[in-house]
Amino acid sequence: MLKGILITVLSVGVIGTAVWGYQEHREKNAILINAENNYQRAFHELTYEIDVLHDKIGSTLAMNSRSSLSPALADVWRITSQAHSDVGQLPLSLLPFNKTEEFLAQIGEFSYQAAIRDLDKDPLTDEEYQSLQGLYKQAADIQSELRNVQHMVVKNDLRWMDVETALATNNEAADNTIIDGFQTVEKTVEGYDETDLGPAFVNMQKKDENYQYLEGKEISKKEAVSEAKKYAQSPDDVKATVAENGEGSDYGFFSVSLKSPKQSVETNLDITKKGGYPIWLITAREVKQQKISLEDAHQSAVKFLKDNEFEDLDLFESVQYDQMGVFTFVSKQDDVRIYPDSIKMKVALDNGQILGFSAEDYLKSHHKRDIPQAKLSKEEARTKINSQLKIMDDRLAIILNDSNEEVLCYEFTGTLGEDTYRIYINSENGREEKVEKLQNAEPIYEDVV
Amino acid sequence: MKQLLMFTKVMLILLLIATAIPMAELDKSANAFSNQVIRQGAIGDDVIELQARLQYLGFYNGKIDGVFGWGTYWALRNFQYEFGLDIDGLAGSSTKNKLVSASNYDKQYVQNQINQGNSFTHYGGTDLNQQAPANNGGSNQNDGNASSGNSGGGATSANVPSGFSENDIQIMANAVYGEARGEPYIGQVAVAAVILNRVESASFPDTVYGVIFEPRAFTAVADGQIWLTPNETAREAVIDAINGWDPSGDALYYFNPDTATSPWIWTRPQIKKIGQHIFCK
Repeated sequence: MLKGILITVLSVGVIGTAVWGYQEHREKNAILINAENNYQRAFHELTYEIDVLHDKIGSTLAMNSRSSLSPALADVWRITSQAHSDVGQLPLSLLPFNKTEEFLAQIGEFSYQAAIRDLDKDPLTDEEYQSLQGLYKQAADIQSELRNVQHMVVKNDLRWMDVETALATNNEAADNTIIDGFQTVEKTVEGYDETDLGPAFVNMQKKDENYQYLEGKEISKKEAVSEAKKYAQSPDDVKATVAENGEGSDYGFFSVSLKSPKQSVETNLDITKKGGYPIWLITAREVKQQKISLEDAHQSAVKFLKDNEFEDLDLFESVQYDQMGVFTFVSKQDDVRIYPDSIKMKVALDNGQILGFSAEDYLKSHHKRDIPQAKLSKEEARTKINSQLKIMDDRLAIILNDSNEEVLCYEFTGTLGEDTYRIYINSENGREEKVEKLQNAEPIYEDVV
Repeated sequence: MKQLLMFTKVMLILLLIATAIPMAELDKSANAFSNQVIRQGAIGDDVIELQARLQYLGFYNGKIDGVFGWGTYWALRNFQYEFGLDIDGLAGSSTKNKLVSASNYDKQYVQNQINQGNSFTHYGGTDLNQQAPANNGGSNQNDGNASSGNSGGGATSANVPSGFSENDIQIMANAVYGEARGEPYIGQVAVAAVILNRVESASFPDTVYGVIFEPRAFTAVADGQIWLTPNETAREAVIDAINGWDPSGDALYYFNPDTATSPWIWTRPQIKKIGQHIFCK
């Protein structure tokens, strides 16, 4: 009797587990197939887009009429950005695939710059045609390699999930056709290193100037600590640790960490080896209830800058986040604001202490500039602006334009409806270099009950 | 001689008192505002009062949300222009005094409306009943301090760094918390900075979301730790990184040498080590 009950209970249990297990298995499979399909889609789309890209570049080469060239180039640009986004959806991030992605970004940048240019006035130069031809050839090679991988994927039913597992388990011997295929693509692109892409390309190829304007001699570790203490305004009993930059850095710096034994406050900063300038500083501590206003915080930021001999700076922006004030300063020369030279500061609103300082941009680009005389008058520049805009303020400023060059502009701030805009008109040729819609505050979304 | 000295002294004291009386009176009339100068970018009750008073006079037509944004800035400058004050866009004592004497501020009414989450106005010469539509609250109910870590008084909006929304910051904070919650603060800022450096770089996706959700890019995304609720520190680290702090030294990758599985990551040029993470190009 007892035995019979036991057998029934157990067998019900076994059958139940089996059913449950089978359902789980099916669900897991469904999810795996779903993920696999997403990968497959991204991959096949990528190969298709490279195909189209190759054809499109080919037809731009044959085009003579400029009126069809611009739309074709715009199309190339659109396809590259799609291809770029498809690459981003594949599990390749720990696989060296950068060169191919850079290649896509390069074509994109080139075609964008050329497409927005007025090709009637400023047609493609011979060099640019040549670089386009180079890109065409490169696209052909990538296309054929990818086609090859695609063929194998289709023929052998290869799965991207296996790529993921292979990369995750990091099995050196993992002989994965897809991984191999992509490595071949990457090698193909590498073979073309540094195609010369003409002047339209300054933007991407522009090398970081690596603090070329800094003055002063190399400092030692010891000096770095004393400089750090000065900037951090820390008490004498602070414990300092210093580390030198790794070999991969483009420039030399010391990382200094200052720990005060009494309070649990830690200040970290990086200081350039050359001259001992602070690149950034962060003091991490909890900020208590707000006691001082944003304006008081601004004054304490100004005092810090003055004390540390950062001169001729103008407050550009002030923003309060919770109990923190963040300020952006830009340098000023002959009453012209120089936006590339910017310093950011973070001030605690409980006692006005400087919690953050970031001068990377400033140190990289600040130097005495020869500011040209503006060719256009302010009134002439004003006529270049959309007449709907109500202009409230104006000044001269140097900004970086789309091609990463410094240009002298008239800056107009104005309103259109509820929004405020900042518009930069090139002071030499009246070009509208930049139009910015300034950020409005965002409503706090509460959970709707 | 002594008498003369005495006389001057008395006169001086009298003079001091005489100047002090009107000043004290001015102080009193402005006591609704705190005595701090209000500048663009500020948030809190002072800003609410400023916006309400400017709206009372018809200079400000935007939402009374407690954030000193561009709309408030231009309204204040117009006010300063019309009333012959220095046009500096700062609400200092003279501007505040002028505002207080020229307008009424129904604090009770404004605070109530804000607490109920109503949309409302505060124009002078209009019946209060007509300034708020009956019972439309609920869309963004603001019950006191429940708003996510905001200490900006009763503000119903928040400042966000240009180009980012509060939700973007939240997702990034999720990623930073999932990846680096045990790390020192600068380590967290550095991880956020790496995400932003990747957005800038040509060899990575061009959006924050593309970078974060790129398959196999971040372990916290792969194993679901990204969906843990982040703390305030992670959020603050993200805001710092967006505002331009980059402790990583322009790094594009980082890894934990104890747990890194890919041998390839060791071939990247290393920049520095923060906490457990090595940051590299």
